[in-house]
Amino acid sequence: MCLSSPVDVHTPRTLDEALELKAALPEARFVQGGTDVMVELNFGRSRPPALVNLAELDELRGWSSEDGELRLGAGLTYTEAMRPELAELVPALAEAARTVGSPQIRNRGTVGGNLGTASPAGDALPPLLAEGALVDVASVRGVRTLPLDEFLLGVKRNALEPDELVTAVRLAPSGGPQTFMKVGPRNAMVIAICSLAVIVDAAAGEVRASFGSAATTARRVTVPLAEAAALPERVADAAAPIDDVRATAAYRRHSLRVLASRALERCLRS
Amino acid sequence: MKIALTVNGERREADLWGGESLLTMLRDTLELPGSKNACEQGECGSCSVLLDGELVCSCLVLAAQADGHEIVTVEGLASGDELHPVQRAFVDAGAVQCGFCTPGLVVAVTDLLARTPDPGDDEIREALSGNLCRCTGYAKIFDAVRLAAEGR
Repeated sequence: MCLSSPVDVHTPRTLDEALELKAALPEARFVQGGTDVMVELNFGRSRPPALVNLAELDELRGWSSEDGELRLGAGLTYTEAMRPELAELVPALAEAARTVGSPQIRNRGTVGGNLGTASPAGDALPPLLAEGALVDVASVRGVRTLPLDEFLLGVKRNALEPDELVTAVRLAPSGGPQTFMKVGPRNAMVIAICSLAVIVDAAAGEVRASFGSAATTARRVTVPLAEAAALPERVADAAAPIDDVRATAAYRRHSLRVLASRALERCLRS
Repeated sequence: MKIALTVNGERREADLWGGESLLTMLRDTLELPGSKNACEQGECGSCSVLLDGELVCSCLVLAAQADGHEIVTVEGLASGDELHPVQRAFVDAGAVQCGFCTPGLVVAVTDLLARTPDPGDDEIREALSGNLCRCTGYAKIFDAVRLAAEGR
């Protein structure tokens, strides 16, 4: 460690300060919970000249609900997403949060970090996508909002400009029966082989499903409620999985078909 | 850079490299080697500590993020020569084999019992899912958790 090049650490106390740093230090790495960034640092995979610690920003913490709209701060941890009050509003997100890593990881990892990393396996992404979430991003130039499906561009690629930060995710909870499922070798500490969130939105007359780890980004499929039985095939058709160390493409497609059918059963029964 | 924090109830200062993990600082600078360094990617839990009362992998916390915060390591659990009840239960249940995972497990079990004084098997399993025992001594570890819970 002593041979490593110096790294400046900045700890902004306000969001404005953080945005000024984002504009001034395009090479800096921004850290919230650290569960992705610290692995890169520990293994020498990245050596940014500066780190910006976002963990002291009140503006990114917690969640709020107003006029039927839910706002999740980018710094919302998975542990917080699992707590009953929020789990009641977005049950599939709470279920997904509970499958992330371990208690240690869930206490640190955040929804904003999941968006920043933009892995196709990000566990928070399918439930957020299925609820039609919007992403608030900010920079010194101002604030803009993108639908999550436009924010996610590819494998670990998102629509953030170099001077922008994710500040929040917003959605209107549908209140419909919903669930999240994930395939992996054990319940904890697993990167999804594939994952699926399903929401039955009777008010909108549709069933929405979003899957992860089976395309370059999480993807959404919507079918009319009357055609719900077609969902498993529609999900399997929409998937574009690859063969990798975790599973084959064929296994992923098959698993998604099975998960979609079980998820429907679970949601339509309740 | 320099930071100041509270470790096991004591005010400590540390001079560190900006990219350093909390684990490295605890072991190499503050000379608290109880938290173990194994995977450095949050997979094994042997570096578990409490940060402001929350269970975390110290390898995944940037040391600089601990500036102004409070850390409890496995060294901070005992009162003088008196072992913490969870430590006592690990000894009494024989829940230690090679011992490498033990400090992280002791911290994780302490956290579990503080929140859930009488955990069921599934709760124990879920709470300890981030701590690996390479000797696979999980049966005795479960015994230790139940013993510590009974003793409370």
